[in-house]
Amino acid sequence: MSTVQVVFTLNGAAVSLDLDPAERLLDTLRYRLGLTGTKEGCGEGECGACTVYLDGLPVNSCLVPTYQVRGARVESVEAIAAERLGPFLAQGATQCGACTPGVVMTALWIGAHPELLETHTIRELMAGNLCRCTGYDGIVDAVSTALGHGEPPV
Amino acid sequence: MKLLLPETVRDALAHMAGRDGVTTPIAGGTDLLVHWPVRLGERDRTYVDLWQLQELKPLRWTADALILGGLTTYWDVIRDRRAGDEFPLLVAAARQVGAIQIQARGTWAGNIVNASPAADGVPALMAYGAVVVLESQRGTEEVPLDGFYTGYKDMRRRPDQLIVAVRIPRRRYSYQTFAKVGSRRAQSIAKVGLAVTQSDDGWRVVAASMAPTIRRCPAIERLLQQGAVLRDSDDLLPAIARDVSPIDDVRSTAEYRRRVMARVLYDELRETCGWR
Ligand SMILES: Cc1cc2nc3c(=O)[nH]c(=O)nc-3n(C[C@H](O)[C@H](O)[C@H](O)COP(=O)(O)OP(=O)(O)OC[C@H]3O[C@@H](n4cnc5c(N)ncnc54)[C@H](O)[C@@H]3O)c2cc1C
Ligand code: FES
Ligand code: FES
Repeated sequence: MSTVQVVFTLNGAAVSLDLDPAERLLDTLRYRLGLTGTKEGCGEGECGACTVYLDGLPVNSCLVPTYQVRGARVESVEAIAAERLGPFLAQGATQCGACTPGVVMTALWIGAHPELLETHTIRELMAGNLCRCTGYDGIVDAVSTALGHGEPPV
Repeated sequence: MKLLLPETVRDALAHMAGRDGVTTPIAGGTDLLVHWPVRLGERDRTYVDLWQLQELKPLRWTADALILGGLTTYWDVIRDRRAGDEFPLLVAAARQVGAIQIQARGTWAGNIVNASPAADGVPALMAYGAVVVLESQRGTEEVPLDGFYTGYKDMRRRPDQLIVAVRIPRRRYSYQTFAKVGSRRAQSIAKVGLAVTQSDDGWRVVAASMAPTIRRCPAIERLLQQGAVLRDSDDLLPAIARDVSPIDDVRSTAEYRRRVMARVLYDELRETCGWR
């Protein structure tokens, strides 16, 4: 098995790794780099618990082979400053917390792109983040608050 | 698994030409990664990466066509304001595919080659008369999408060919609609999918999840072309029986699918066609 060299920017810092071409970005983050904030729910692209930014767009890291981030910019939930989580705690957007890292990533991305709401609803943009606990109302409220700030997520 | 990382389309086509045995191209990976080799034991497979081929990524407008690149994603189209104005079914279909995380990575070419009978991108493209542009070391070949599929997951693409573009002719449309009946609004697989257009080129009615492949419905198109006057959705059932052959599966039954298709088509078209 030959490995592939992958150089990319992760949370603002350069990373260089030699890895199995079949390795998923989710596993690289969690098991190789110890960034366990990103969660695995389904492993099939359905739940969004593994959401990270790839060149500024939310993607499911369980569906990204790590070799494909060569030369790219990746941000994981660890890049998000703790105080950005305030609205999620205050508005009942999190209960068991399993979905929260992914929810936060998508929510703050929406917050940074208020123009998306000219064409999309918050619910449509959040449809790729499943939550078994909250019934989504708290999540939508927290996104609205994040929108009020309109800050870039990282 | 073996991975080849071409830096240009030329290099990719050289890899596809069979020098390395049979190869599987990989684009956004939203279909391929669901059954990634680590789980299937397909470690002997050779993949050719396309994700790095930036030359295939942009979509282009010409005087008479919108040309999607071989690596253009759903999000690329959703973001393009002109696409929303001129080809609203493309945007409607793209917004149905999974959610943003999938739209950011999934490509139109991947949707075509994955060849799911329930796909969302393909019916919209087919309703607009899209043409698949295939390239190999032997040259370029163009195949209209409505003649591309030959059977379940069977298509007119040789193993050495890549989709390098999808060309969508610009026409004046007097009617267009996209409908998907699923079990919930977002991120669900279609039980019945429909894309219908009317242009100076005539009617195109495309059905998804109703046959082993996504396909046009010539009998229904004929009815519309002739300006047939229908009284209720049952009047569509004979044409539907001729055009499609749905199956019973975990998501639905054949009978239910035919009836849903008739109702949805009837409701969508009644005003335009002057039916009751
Ligand atoms: C959670 C989830 C939800 C989804 N929801 C939907 C949905 O609602 N509707 C829908 O239609 N699809 C859906 N999909 C399927 C998928 O996102 C689409 O089919 C997507 O368009 C595939 O594109 P890709 O670039 O990711 O393909 P990949 O996985 O990279 O490849 C798919 C196939 O196409 C081939 N291929 C890719 N590019 C080329 C090329 N340029 N030339 C030749 N062959 C090529 C590959 O070899 C492979 O066989 C969903 C997937 C997931 C994981
Ligand atoms: S773990 Fe990636 S989407 Fe569920
Ligand atoms: S808070 Fe439990 S899954 Fe969302």
